[in-house]
Amino acid sequence: MIKAVESAEHSGDAGQQAVADHGGNGHGAAAPRVVRVRILRQDAPGEESYWERFEIPYVENMNVISILQQVAARAKSRDGRRVAPVAWDCNCLEEVCGSCTMLINGRTRMACSALVDKLLAESGDEIELRPMSKFPVVRDLVVDRSRLFRALERVKAWVPVDGSYDHGPGPRISPESQEDAYPLATCISCGCCMEACPQFTKIEVVRREDESAEEFDSRKKAAFDSGFVGAHAISQAMLFNGHPTGKMIADERLEALTSQGGIQMCGNAQNCVAVCPKSIPLTRSIARAGRAATVWAIRKIFDR
Amino acid sequence: MAQPRVLVIGGGLAGLSATMRLAELGANVDLVSLVPVKRSHSVCAQGGINSVNSLTRQQGDNEWKHFDDTVYGGDFLQHQPPVKEMADWGPRIVDLMDRLGVPFNRTPEGYRDQRRFGGTLFKRTAFAGATTGQQLLYSLDEQVRRWEVDGKVKKWEFWDFLEPVLDDSGRCRGAICQDLVTMQFRAFSADAVIIATGGCGLLYGRSTMSMVCTGSAVSRAYRAGAWYGNGEFIQVHPTAIPGADKLRLMSESARGEGGRVWVPKTPHDPRDPRNIPEAERSYFLEERYPKYGNLVPRDIATREIFDICTNEGLSVEKDRLCVYLDLTHVPRETLDRKLGGILEIYEKFQGVDPRVVPMKIFPAVHYSMGGLWVDYQKSSTGGLVEGSPRNQQTNIPGLYAIGECDYQYHGANRLGANSLLSCIFSGLFCAPGVIAGVDAGGKQAAEESSRLFESRLRREEERHHSLLSRTAGDENPYDLHQQLGNLMTRVATVVRRNEQLAAAYAEVCSLEERWGRCAVSDSGNWTNQNVVFTKSLGDMFPLAKLILKGALQRDECRGAHYKPDFAMPGLQATDLAEKRREAEQWCDRFEANTRRWLKSTVAKYGADGEPEISYEDVDTSLTPPRPRLYGLVGGEMIEEVWNERLKKAAVAGEGQGGSAGQGVGEGHGNQPAYAGSAS
Repeated sequence: MIKAVESAEHSGDAGQQAVADHGGNGHGAAAPRVVRVRILRQDAPGEESYWERFEIPYVENMNVISILQQVAARAKSRDGRRVAPVAWDCNCLEEVCGSCTMLINGRTRMACSALVDKLLAESGDEIELRPMSKFPVVRDLVVDRSRLFRALERVKAWVPVDGSYDHGPGPRISPESQEDAYPLATCISCGCCMEACPQFTKIEVVRREDESAEEFDSRKKAAFDSGFVGAHAISQAMLFNGHPTGKMIADERLEALTSQGGIQMCGNAQNCVAVCPKSIPLTRSIARAGRAATVWAIRKIFDR
Repeated sequence: MAQPRVLVIGGGLAGLSATMRLAELGANVDLVSLVPVKRSHSVCAQGGINSVNSLTRQQGDNEWKHFDDTVYGGDFLQHQPPVKEMADWGPRIVDLMDRLGVPFNRTPEGYRDQRRFGGTLFKRTAFAGATTGQQLLYSLDEQVRRWEVDGKVKKWEFWDFLEPVLDDSGRCRGAICQDLVTMQFRAFSADAVIIATGGCGLLYGRSTMSMVCTGSAVSRAYRAGAWYGNGEFIQVHPTAIPGADKLRLMSESARGEGGRVWVPKTPHDPRDPRNIPEAERSYFLEERYPKYGNLVPRDIATREIFDICTNEGLSVEKDRLCVYLDLTHVPRETLDRKLGGILEIYEKFQGVDPRVVPMKIFPAVHYSMGGLWVDYQKSSTGGLVEGSPRNQQTNIPGLYAIGECDYQYHGANRLGANSLLSCIFSGLFCAPGVIAGVDAGGKQAAEESSRLFESRLRREEERHHSLLSRTAGDENPYDLHQQLGNLMTRVATVVRRNEQLAAAYAEVCSLEERWGRCAVSDSGNWTNQNVVFTKSLGDMFPLAKLILKGALQRDECRGAHYKPDFAMPGLQATDLAEKRREAEQWCDRFEANTRRWLKSTVAKYGADGEPEISYEDVDTSLTPPRPRLYGLVGGEMIEEVWNERLKKAAVAGEGQGGSAGQGVGEGHGNQPAYAGSAS
């Protein structure tokens, strides 16, 4: 039933057309001609940071990623100097991979879903981009978030299955339990909750000249383990402690949560839940973890 | 040799499932990835994962029908044994993922819920909200983290694969990779190397794919001598949200849950879509394909949406091509529970609530059916021999490819929710064969000849430094990428024409030449994304060329590859006898076309850098190819003629025990008792 498409020239660009234009630009009739942005740069770990300003042609519905793509393509500062392109992390551009976290107008959030029109409405005529402050800067807006993944190891965020051989389906789960677990499972490991947390402080380990990669790695892990695990890891521990098979090592997770850098570090500022781009009920997880940890600590005393 | 060492490139669903299984079988794994593996592109998969399940089984479904839907939907271009093995493994794989903790949606009684996807009449698709890929990936990421803690897996995240290292006999012995933070190079010696780096959507500029989907790893393997199969088959997804930086996917599950595609009958009707009465809307997919409705296979839905906007001028907007995808009739509570993730994406990026206002969508490049050519060993029952080192091995011994970057499972068009299955299946299934294929003595010999690894390492270092020193050129890599993307999107997506393809090939050659004059704007040697991008852009040209050349040479329509000049239109006649005669002719032409074109395209990197294309017969030993008649005018008559021919062939072939084959219907003969409510 498909007819030959007559004019491919006119339309050959499947999807490669101008940006969607519903949603408006938030500026009434006068959309800006250019977008101004200032970016806090740093060439490498241990180097001084510095501001650089850029000016990018405005396109409707653009996000911070499109700004950074333009910055990279032009490699020219606002005053016309040739500068090295700004380094930043990104991948999926639809807020599900967790790569592009940065401080945008002072707030920790994902660059892909930060729409320029909204940013301009909140900050006037210049957008400010800074790297996350609680993680060591690698370069410009790129930070090292390996501590975040280390925390998932600490709390054993996995279901301890026997292996991948066939044992039939998993346990039956009520729709209520699934709906309870699913939001926790959507954590994208972006680090927003850690950045916003007053109890979570930066740990930066610098590699020594004489150190092998492996030695450096284990020293880094040890340093990370002395600090707060963060809301995301507490929430993951609760996710797996709520799973019928996952809870078989619930005590091991509670042990981790009650040791150094565990749940006792939480000061209940509740910033984590406010900044989570996925609206994960982090404070509910923390409250649950707190209760479970208390019960577990008492039980431990009596079991001795 | 007790513990082989395997290098896995890419940590999406395929790479992680291979890593998990290899570690379980005793191997030590080095896992190299451009991004932390939890951030791989698999997270973008939304709708679900297909398998026969206890419910569909009671409605007449079985593994054979899943296999048959897959090869029929793929226009028979797949070798059939691997597809059969995959369909057979489907139920086990979904069970495994369930055990790993994937929060699949549940029925009131606590069983896994399923929905219907395109190209089938059964509800085969298990799903976790509308972020199924993310949830599957996370559960594998968690298991691999467990193996990492146990010391069986070592991750190399923010590392780039540069080339496989082959010894004098042509066997792969490892690879050269680069740390994207320090820019240091490292030679990895390995008993086997598995490439699991996904698709190549960035060749098209913007697509639904993530920024790492440049195809560069695959291109580097191709340049080292690995063959590339069916490159011209690129899936254009019917429904995506246009954007300046990316075309974001709007999952097929939106239609699986009842979403309806329509346009106003009046061109560019300025009214609010909610105020346009039913009678003034055209639900063109439902009208043209009453059986499958909004869930026709993707290539068909894409062409119809394209056609209604371009030929019929019925695009919703005047200056921008789009149609409505409407969910507003579905209860809000159902939408939040089953589609929450994707509706939030629409709302976040478009600022409009799709629960209230119909979405505006248009097709976008989405998936590479083609990929590295891989082998398999067929079993006596028509599936694969588990543990054979040939499974998933490229033509280079010791070098394997799995997941989207292999060419094996989806033929000319992939069915929705089959990709997650093929990725996990190929990863799990290849592992025992990879271990069985280890040539330990040879590896040691290769290691001892340090010359081998060192020379390759030097070569990559030189390449890198020569790029770094190129600060004076007059070409900008980002501009070139945009030009390449626009060109490929214009000529090698929904509609293809020979004169355009030929011209585009010449243009790609000139872009490649200009790439040689690219200037890097960052000459530093620390986290230099500029030089890494420039390098991967250079790797896009060989793939673009093989896609264009494959498309140019293939003078037919098959699945996603559509050339109007070679289309086989439906029947014109109204007189019955005349119609019958046309149907006979149609079937003659179909048979002739099958003989000529039912072949895998195999591209080899020529000495001059140009692709050399040859063709390989497709193994259709399980079910013979039949016309794909979704919605074709006169389809019933063609079906009748075709089935008579089959019967004759069966009678003639009975003495030799030949397969009688299967009649045409749209899909299989047996209808399920409950076909789902979506259409």
